[in-house]
Amino acid sequence: MQDTNDLKRIVIEPVTRVEGHGKVTILLDEQNRVKQARLHIVEFRGFERFIQGRPYWEAPVLVQRLCGICPVSHHLAAAKAMDLIVGVDKLTPTAEKIRRLMHYGQMFQSHSLHFFHLASPDLLFGFDAPVAIRNVIGVAAKHPDLAVQGVMMRKYGQEIIKATAGKKIHGTGAIPGGVNKNLSIAERDMFLKDIDQMTEWSRGALKIAKDYTIENLEAVAPFGSFDSNHLSLVRDDGAMDLYHGNLRAIDAQGNKIFDQVDYQNYLEYITEEVRDWSYMKFPFIKSLGPENGWYRVGPLARVNACDFIDTPEAEAARKEFMAVTDGKPNNLTMAYHWARMIETLHSIEKIRELLEDPDLQGSDLVLKGDRRPEGIGLLEAPRGTLFHHYKVNEDDQVVMANLIVSTTSNNEPMNRAVSKVAMDHISGKAEITEGLLNHIEVAIRAYDPCLSCATHALGKMPLVVRLVDHEGNEVAKKST
Amino acid sequence: MDSARRILLIGYGNPGRLDDGLGPALAAVAETWQMEGLTVDADYQLTVEDASDVAANDIVIFADASVNGAEPYFIEKVEPKEALSFSSHSVEPSVLLHMAQTLFQAKTRAYILGIRGYDFNEFGERLSPRAAENLEKAIAYVRLILDDPRLLDMPVEPN
Repeated sequence: MQDTNDLKRIVIEPVTRVEGHGKVTILLDEQNRVKQARLHIVEFRGFERFIQGRPYWEAPVLVQRLCGICPVSHHLAAAKAMDLIVGVDKLTPTAEKIRRLMHYGQMFQSHSLHFFHLASPDLLFGFDAPVAIRNVIGVAAKHPDLAVQGVMMRKYGQEIIKATAGKKIHGTGAIPGGVNKNLSIAERDMFLKDIDQMTEWSRGALKIAKDYTIENLEAVAPFGSFDSNHLSLVRDDGAMDLYHGNLRAIDAQGNKIFDQVDYQNYLEYITEEVRDWSYMKFPFIKSLGPENGWYRVGPLARVNACDFIDTPEAEAARKEFMAVTDGKPNNLTMAYHWARMIETLHSIEKIRELLEDPDLQGSDLVLKGDRRPEGIGLLEAPRGTLFHHYKVNEDDQVVMANLIVSTTSNNEPMNRAVSKVAMDHISGKAEITEGLLNHIEVAIRAYDPCLSCATHALGKMPLVVRLVDHEGNEVAKKST
Repeated sequence: MDSARRILLIGYGNPGRLDDGLGPALAAVAETWQMEGLTVDADYQLTVEDASDVAANDIVIFADASVNGAEPYFIEKVEPKEALSFSSHSVEPSVLLHMAQTLFQAKTRAYILGIRGYDFNEFGERLSPRAAENLEKAIAYVRLILDDPRLLDMPVEPN
């Protein structure tokens, strides 16, 4: 084995246009051949300790501080766990539908932001396009209609969150056992007014993602791709359900590894491995072991794992998607974009369905039952399955919290994608251009990772790319 | 305050990360003022949809914690900037202003109010004592500029 001290080192830090911050390190030998490529997650540790000792009813609010990007997902997952703590197994129809509306609003805005403002520059201009145009401002200049759509779709989803959670920051809508407000007629009508437009734009975005994938299939198919297992929640009847369901895991050919597992028993099926070079853990399916049990989560996994989607347009889109791989799971990394836009269309279809449901104006909001010492809440966050697990003592204090966030589940797949792209596109090249380095980031962006929020205050976090030779000398540096 | 002039104050940051919560803390106080013509918003960070809100106002003040800016706060006019790199995690005010101009033909004037913080690297919902003092001074300053926005373009002499 070659000593890594003899290798050149390329560092991309932090990865741009992903949520949070990450660093890619690529080790090259003297012939510029890639010997090792790794994604390091710059994760702030300590949240699970922070919440210990706090009253359980604060958890759905406190956990939003964990991440400024997907606070609603944490809010709802914690609330689902706390439902069980207060002895409530099934919410009132109004409470469940308000939470679902909040969740689909989150899904809609998050996927829209990712597609229009983070991913589309790569798809519209190419991975090698000059960095000066390969960004959201470039999209705004050349495709202002798309840039505006991205802004307005994101805003629509955010307004739904505000109406259901109370506000954008410190949302309090979901509480243990239910919700603290319903949706007024005025709020409902405000959202219905724009829903046709949102649906139309979602169809358009889906078409862009689908056409891009099919028209570039030859190039897209091998790009950062590999066979993998897939994990997601599915409904009792096998339908996609982003808010609630049972766990299903399938292998790369679509065979079920386990199915309809009550997620209260997740520890019997999923465990995590620590590796000395990364702060972030590596989850895997216990029965398959760490070598073969890693899996993907998120839009690609969900579309692959479900039997059908219960809204008509998204289901038609799913069938088209699955036809590309003859009904077998699609294992292409770049197919995440297409799957994500199927879910965007599904989300707006569900939002319409919910807005037309009079239960949203119901007044039966909260239930109570017998206190329990433990609760586990799972949901499908925009980036994948999110696990929240809490234990509470007799004084109502949280004494244990365990979270598995989507990006942790995708840790191994993202590392494999980085390795594959580095081997295929960088290895042996005499000159490592910015465009080549962007190939690495394109693969990571497909997963839409949330690399945990660091403080974002003014003056922090520039992008630094460093090339360091085997003696530790910096031979090139790029920063923006 | 001239109510015909529309002013948006966005306080942003993560209140669960100590002094990173300075922006939202300022917004929380400003919201209680209930001033006509003033819209107050708070969020964990600036994101692209804020561009349409920026465009809907005459003046925007982005209030954020500052890691190494002047004490107790600084005010700085925002010039639109085409960002070469872009992260949705931290859309800079300058990029947001550029987006507002490009996408929504905004004529908005924008300013950053950077309130100096000191502790950022732990979870915790509290401001450090020095940051809390800086916040009080920033609040007094915002009251002044809301009464007379011309002060925004004048040198700051913090008390």
